[in-house]
Amino acid sequence: MTGLLETTAERRARRNRQPASDERPAWMGRQPRWATAARGGLLTVACLAVIVPFVAVVMTSLAPQRDISARGGLVLFTSEPSLAAYRAVLSGGVVTRALSVSVAVTAVGTVLSLACTIMLAYALSRPGSLLHKPILLMTLFTLLFNPGMIPMYLIVKQLGLIDNLAALILPVVVNAFNVIVMRSFFLELPSELTESAKIDGAGELRILTFIVLPLSKAVVAVVGLFYAVAYWNAFFSALLYLPSPEKWPLQLVLRTFVVNQTPLGTDELSASTESLPPQASIQMAILVMSVIPILIIYPFIQKHFSKGLLIGAVKG
Amino acid sequence: MSSGIKVRPGAGADPGAPAARETRLRGQLAARWHRDRVLLVLAVPGVIVLVVFHYLPLLGNVIAFQDYQPFLGISGSDFVGLSNFSVIFDGDPEFLNALVNTLIITMVQVLFVFPLPIALALVLNSMLNERAKRLTQSILYLPHFLSWVIVVALFQQMFGNGGMLNEWLRSADLGTFQIIGVPELFKLLITSQVIWKDTGWSTIIFLAALSKVDLNLYEAAAIDRAGPLRQLWHVTLPAIRPVIVLLLILRLGDSLTVGFEQILLQQGPVGARASEVLDTYVYNNGIIGGNWGVSAAVGLVKGVVGVVLVLGANRLAHAMGERGVYSK
Repeated sequence: MTGLLETTAERRARRNRQPASDERPAWMGRQPRWATAARGGLLTVACLAVIVPFVAVVMTSLAPQRDISARGGLVLFTSEPSLAAYRAVLSGGVVTRALSVSVAVTAVGTVLSLACTIMLAYALSRPGSLLHKPILLMTLFTLLFNPGMIPMYLIVKQLGLIDNLAALILPVVVNAFNVIVMRSFFLELPSELTESAKIDGAGELRILTFIVLPLSKAVVAVVGLFYAVAYWNAFFSALLYLPSPEKWPLQLVLRTFVVNQTPLGTDELSASTESLPPQASIQMAILVMSVIPILIIYPFIQKHFSKGLLIGAVKG
Repeated sequence: MSSGIKVRPGAGADPGAPAARETRLRGQLAARWHRDRVLLVLAVPGVIVLVVFHYLPLLGNVIAFQDYQPFLGISGSDFVGLSNFSVIFDGDPEFLNALVNTLIITMVQVLFVFPLPIALALVLNSMLNERAKRLTQSILYLPHFLSWVIVVALFQQMFGNGGMLNEWLRSADLGTFQIIGVPELFKLLITSQVIWKDTGWSTIIFLAALSKVDLNLYEAAAIDRAGPLRQLWHVTLPAIRPVIVLLLILRLGDSLTVGFEQILLQQGPVGARASEVLDTYVYNNGIIGGNWGVSAAVGLVKGVVGVVLVLGANRLAHAMGERGVYSK
């Protein structure tokens, strides 16, 4: 599993190699017009299939009751957008609490995961070091066999983590796949760098923090995104380990009030009774809030997904 | 060390003498420990997590052989031999239903979901405008990062009874099209959700393989008057075949695992008959229903069969002359 991630220098070199936009090699026949049109049409439809639901959801969350009743359900355009639904869900109550739980779990979890993953991956990046083989095999084996849901639940229970937010983090804090991705990247770094640092008297910790990590921003960003997305999106672990609804993260609240269509009343929102925004807007506002963090970080990380970035990402 | 060898005549000449080798090994070990101790300390937190949350639970599988009662715990519950496994070997109807649903869904997805990213990757790869290509990729990768709760909610909003499609059909007097909450169409629904969520992202690996194809091969093929279809058949597809085989192996190894969260979220309206799969069976029967031992037994067999499937598929790949997931 080598060459999964390219370094910045490699990416730059590849860009320079690439022909300028639209440049067609001399030997390549001109593509027939119908083929170009068909391809364009196909890709446009595929992109619209991704974009349209988002637009509809955002618009509905902003729409007043009148527009929603007129269209029956989702609206694609509203003439008088209002943030009333967001104000209602963010003014304290179930959704606000769930949002803070999700933010806290994602932040703490991602930092812990990155720390453990970087350390383990670095420890495994020196073939021939003491216990290198057994630790590597032990890590790889976890990819092959899943211990099963029931024994997992029993362990979490045994550790007293039921109804504790740590149950959303600790069991998944190290993902072997991410360790392997990061290790492969570390292995690709030129060994002269670490060797010369060693001759200058730098210890392993110094090498890791001042030489390896600054060169590995791309892989840290991508693995960090994988962890953050996994924590943010976790729904089943919360359902399994957190019996009390006041500890639920946003995804579980989303399931209750949007997927299962339980109506949100004033109890859940702690908002004033008379001017509750339309139910559909409130639901879509929750949905939007559960997507927004991903939409915000995605573009920053996405640039590292260039060609040849990740092998096996399909499994993750 | 050397003095010890000299004292004993005869032994000193033989560097393989047991005592000497042991001392040397111990010295080497001490030196290696001294050299690598920081690395080992760095590995500790990760290793502890893997042991506690991957290896200890493996031991927890003993309850598959017990009449497990939560208030008695593992040490207090009675061992019952293999009787928990009788649901599997005697073919309990609920278990069989879950197994059959799982296998049907896997088959449908291998047939209809697996080839799509390959086709999409070929289309994307044929785009010459680098900018447009990157933009398209960014958009198509996005759904992969949304949770199943969000995807299911979006599908409800678009295709549910009160969703966008049906409102539009009603306003145009075209009747309605029901796909959500209809047991007969459940497998179609979850398959289309998988397509929407992951087709784009799955192209990434095929695009990586396609970018490594030697362009000279196309040039040579073009000079030999191979048209686009022949180039596809004789150059492109053979080049990405190892990746296709690898992913097919991984997918087959996962035959018994199909969209647990996705299905759990949507079981309510369609019922167990149409929607129960092995993972939801374990959850509904064990954690909700309290049949701990039986569920653990089903989970254990599923895990073991999964490992056997991966290893078997991998061996098949070797037999076909491909590299597979790992080489020996």
